[in-house]
Amino acid sequence: MGENRPILQMSGIHKRFPGVIALNNVDFRMYPGEVHALMGENGAGKSTLIKVLTGVYAIDGGTVDLDGAPITVGSPLEAQEHGISTVYQEVNLCPNLTVAENIFIGREPRRFGKIQWKELNRRAERLLAERLNLNIDVTRTLDSYSVAIQQLVAIARALNVSAKVLILDEPTSSLDQGEVQELFAVMRKLKEQGLGILFVTHFLDQVYEITDRITVLRNGELVGEFMTKELPRMDLVLHMIGKDLELLADLPASDFGQAGEASGETFLKVTGLGRQGSIEPFDFMIQRGEVVGFAGLLGSGRTEAARLLFGADRADQGQWQAAGGGKVDSPRQAIRRGIAFCSENRKTEGIIEDLTIRENIILAMQAHRGWFKSIPRKRQEAIADEYIETLNINPPNPEQLIKNLSGGNQQKVLLARWLLMEPNLLILDEPTRGIDVGAKAEIQKLVLALAKKGMAVLFISSEMEEVLRVSDRIVVLRDRQIVRQMTGEDIHHHNVMQAIAGEN
Amino acid sequence: MMMRISKHHLFWPLTVLAGLFVFNLLYDPGFFAIRVQGGHLYGSLIDILNYGSPLILVAIGMTLVIATAGIDLSVGSIVAIAGAIACLLISRGEDQHSLALFAVAVAASIGIALVLGLWNGLLVSGIGIQPIVATLILMVTGRGIAQLVTGGQIITVSSDPYSFLGAGWFLMLPFSIFIVGFVFVIAVLMTRKTALGMFIESVGGNPTASRLAGIRSKSVLLAVYAFCAICAGIAGLLLSSNVSSADGNNAGLWYELDAILAVVIGGTSLAGGRFFLAGTVVGALIIQTLTTTIYTIGVPPEITLVVKAIVVFAVCLIQSESFRSTIVHRWKTRRYPAEREVTRGV
Amino acid sequence: MFRRKYIPIFITVGLFALIFALGSFRYTGFFSTQVLFNLLIDNAFLLIVAIGMTFVIVSGGIDLSVGSMVALTTMLSASLLQEGLSPALVIPFVLLAGFLFGAGMGAVIHYFNIQPFIVTLAGMFLARGLCYVISINTITINDKFYQSIALTKIYLGDSFISISVILALATLLLAVYLAHYTRFGRNTYAVGGNEQSALLMGLPVARTKVLIYGFSGFCSAMGGVVFTFYMLSGYGLHAVGLELDAIAAVVIGGALLTGGVGYVVGTFFGVMIQGVIQTIITFEGTLSSWWTKIVIGMLLFLFIVLQRVLGARAGSSQTR
Repeated sequence: MGENRPILQMSGIHKRFPGVIALNNVDFRMYPGEVHALMGENGAGKSTLIKVLTGVYAIDGGTVDLDGAPITVGSPLEAQEHGISTVYQEVNLCPNLTVAENIFIGREPRRFGKIQWKELNRRAERLLAERLNLNIDVTRTLDSYSVAIQQLVAIARALNVSAKVLILDEPTSSLDQGEVQELFAVMRKLKEQGLGILFVTHFLDQVYEITDRITVLRNGELVGEFMTKELPRMDLVLHMIGKDLELLADLPASDFGQAGEASGETFLKVTGLGRQGSIEPFDFMIQRGEVVGFAGLLGSGRTEAARLLFGADRADQGQWQAAGGGKVDSPRQAIRRGIAFCSENRKTEGIIEDLTIRENIILAMQAHRGWFKSIPRKRQEAIADEYIETLNINPPNPEQLIKNLSGGNQQKVLLARWLLMEPNLLILDEPTRGIDVGAKAEIQKLVLALAKKGMAVLFISSEMEEVLRVSDRIVVLRDRQIVRQMTGEDIHHHNVMQAIAGEN
Repeated sequence: MMMRISKHHLFWPLTVLAGLFVFNLLYDPGFFAIRVQGGHLYGSLIDILNYGSPLILVAIGMTLVIATAGIDLSVGSIVAIAGAIACLLISRGEDQHSLALFAVAVAASIGIALVLGLWNGLLVSGIGIQPIVATLILMVTGRGIAQLVTGGQIITVSSDPYSFLGAGWFLMLPFSIFIVGFVFVIAVLMTRKTALGMFIESVGGNPTASRLAGIRSKSVLLAVYAFCAICAGIAGLLLSSNVSSADGNNAGLWYELDAILAVVIGGTSLAGGRFFLAGTVVGALIIQTLTTTIYTIGVPPEITLVVKAIVVFAVCLIQSESFRSTIVHRWKTRRYPAEREVTRGV
Repeated sequence: MFRRKYIPIFITVGLFALIFALGSFRYTGFFSTQVLFNLLIDNAFLLIVAIGMTFVIVSGGIDLSVGSMVALTTMLSASLLQEGLSPALVIPFVLLAGFLFGAGMGAVIHYFNIQPFIVTLAGMFLARGLCYVISINTITINDKFYQSIALTKIYLGDSFISISVILALATLLLAVYLAHYTRFGRNTYAVGGNEQSALLMGLPVARTKVLIYGFSGFCSAMGGVVFTFYMLSGYGLHAVGLELDAIAAVVIGGALLTGGVGYVVGTFFGVMIQGVIQTIITFEGTLSSWWTKIVIGMLLFLFIVLQRVLGARAGSSQTR
């Protein structure tokens, strides 16, 4: 394979957004007939790289060569014309059109401008059968098929454009095991046909099952390109997370597990809680005064598990033994039980852009009290001032609209919203993402202080170091399952890494 | 300082209103004149307030609906139904001047308006139908119901208490101005003294985040549509009482459109979120002044429609982010149209 | 082969047959080809307008300007004819004007990303206002050509239809062809299904949207021409509220107001249902015209809730 010329070569790619450098001097190459994994955590630049490649974003620097010739890609359409096709996680097809039409729309066989439906359907059937081993009724609408079939149809559409490079952007995240195998069979077949496949996924097992080569990005920079066979899982995880084992080992031991005083009083216990297509059934319990860390890669199911505990998504199975009642079905109910949840998606699930800092802080409290028991304005201002001071929110003006704040300060406002509720269990999903180092340390300290006061905290983070530092107990998730729990002496970066990587 | 003033949400609406006033003043130097006649105040400004009352009422209700990222197309029909019911009940009474009868008639029309509002709210929050579609049903049906109530005729009544509502005078001013003032104050108190206003803005601005914060968005929506319908009901009473008759066919025709326009001019975005009740009132006054102006300068009143069309276009273009960015980054959006499309969704 | 997406359209056709059968049993003289033909004659303009609206709604938009556009067309035609222009010039001119008016709105909707509801609302005000700019009075039409078309009856057996009906049916056939056998039609469905996807699939979204509103404007103008034949006058208050009838016809015809689903043939039956309800109310004699609105409103409710239920079920089957 190595002797071949790369079919795709991207060199020195730069892409800036206002205030962020999304890609900094990134190289990427791909050979024909290989499956190439693009790996990285949040903000690594994976999706930016793909969007550059597919002509959604313009590059600010660098070159793209396809089949040895330099190309510029000005739009998704141009990318397709060059033979670069993409299949996204949310299937980007039209659910209301038939399968055949979705494959051919824009390129329908016509005679005198009239679409030849019979010809179109026949071609679609042949394409699906011959290249993907898929025999389905192509005259049914796309939405009458499962997501897995829709993925395959999307691939078929991509192939139809005489593709040289096929990009599969998290195609497996909503498929079950059988469907994944079906998809892999198709991928192997396409590989034999000489296609280069760029495969993005969060599932390590899948990477090792199907890919030949791995490129790892981190913070918009290239970490390296590796042959899958030669890269141990642990190393891959380390490359993604970006800490050397030595560095982690050097962390003073006193930093670990210092929150320390689990009260022995169970606040919440669930057994067999699960939701199909999102997280496998799991058992979980947390005590007052305890900090539990969820470790795992992005997409491992850590957020999904937390959402079930808060009722943000409804569990379809499982038993609850919560303080003060049974099942938690909705966020409202969770809040009444004293559970609070700070979502990782600040913008879409956290802040209300049009409201001020003050209003965003008191929102949950006010929702809990109802319409009429309005918190007096004076009290609101006092609360806002208090949290602005303790959390060091900038600008310190409670009447500032939250949309004008930086990400870190928005996060602090959201934290204030939930601290004000004085919850028994605080779930923090990536509370320190996109926050500068100083603020990060503040939030970590705050978590420990809260636990000392008897609050149970569930702490989710991609940053290993952070999870290790604050947690009394660590729960490791991989591929939508809880795979390991560790406490006390057992908590060690090496063990956590192993569990994340799936090496025993 | 200038910057801060011009950034205030009332700056543009008030400027436009002032502009209209100045134009009128140039045309008719006596425009601002108010004279006392028989203990009542008369003048163009009073007329604008008086004739504009029903629209202001409907627009106040509409503001709250739009703030939840919704819309209510049925207000015109509710205006017609409320007037029709009140007039029907009064016309059936033995003594049309009876105060008790008047009270029953008013209570019945507002009660029915409330029911209709709850119906809209239920379709939107309970069944989850898009607001524009859900309220379209009542917009179509409601006209028919209003005509059914009036029997297709214009019902005329002669009831002193009833005609006082829309044509009476109080403290030298038309009584309708007091009703509008009352409803406005209620709306302000309801939204700013209780937490309802914040909930409305929160549900309209980010429904997902609101749910995760534990807000009961369903009851918020229900309340908002109910309130909007009540406002429309009161407006219907004012309109029909002003002429002491009910016309199921034409009463409140196009009110939904004028009300939406008033809200948008007032600075509330159709995408939901922050809302401005005072801005809405100014918006409604602009529309009413426009109509009055066109009357005074002797152009056929129907031409107001052309002016309104231009206003709608102008306001929307100013609010449209793409329009602004097109002007600013013309070359860039040209070259990479998809970047604009994708980032727009984020 | 039975498919869920056809349920609403089957219901529509069945409903039409049912109402027509009911009328036939109840009233003597109801069951005749002439009554059927009269449905077409009286609703030819509505049918044409609703066909244009179908494309708009399938694309996920809405066009509130159609009624005003019909009025403007009658006004333009009448005033131009009054000036002594030949119908051979007037008719193409108003059709072109309608197309350009619609396309203009489509362009504003797409390029400035403003809700179709608002843009076409402004278009509605503008078109109505322009009517009054031309004249605030009725202009009657004395043109020989218009009069002869208005009076021509084409006999099929004992019953007759008008030239307008032929125009309407021709528009219907053209629209079915456009919707199902041309790229424009399929792109319309794609845009309505998922605009973002359509864009990523490389479809010409901008051109399609502009053309959709242009086509709706064209249909409104065409409906206006037919309406002019019918009324033989131009007036700014013609066709008030027609947009609601057209939207109702499209929805009753099985289209989803959220876009992506809808059939021109369904719209045809949607218009016919409205027509047959009106006819029954006329035959009944004691029932007043407003019952039409109430019944149509109830049908709207029925279909919207039905679609919502079907949609919810399709959604849940998809996520397993």
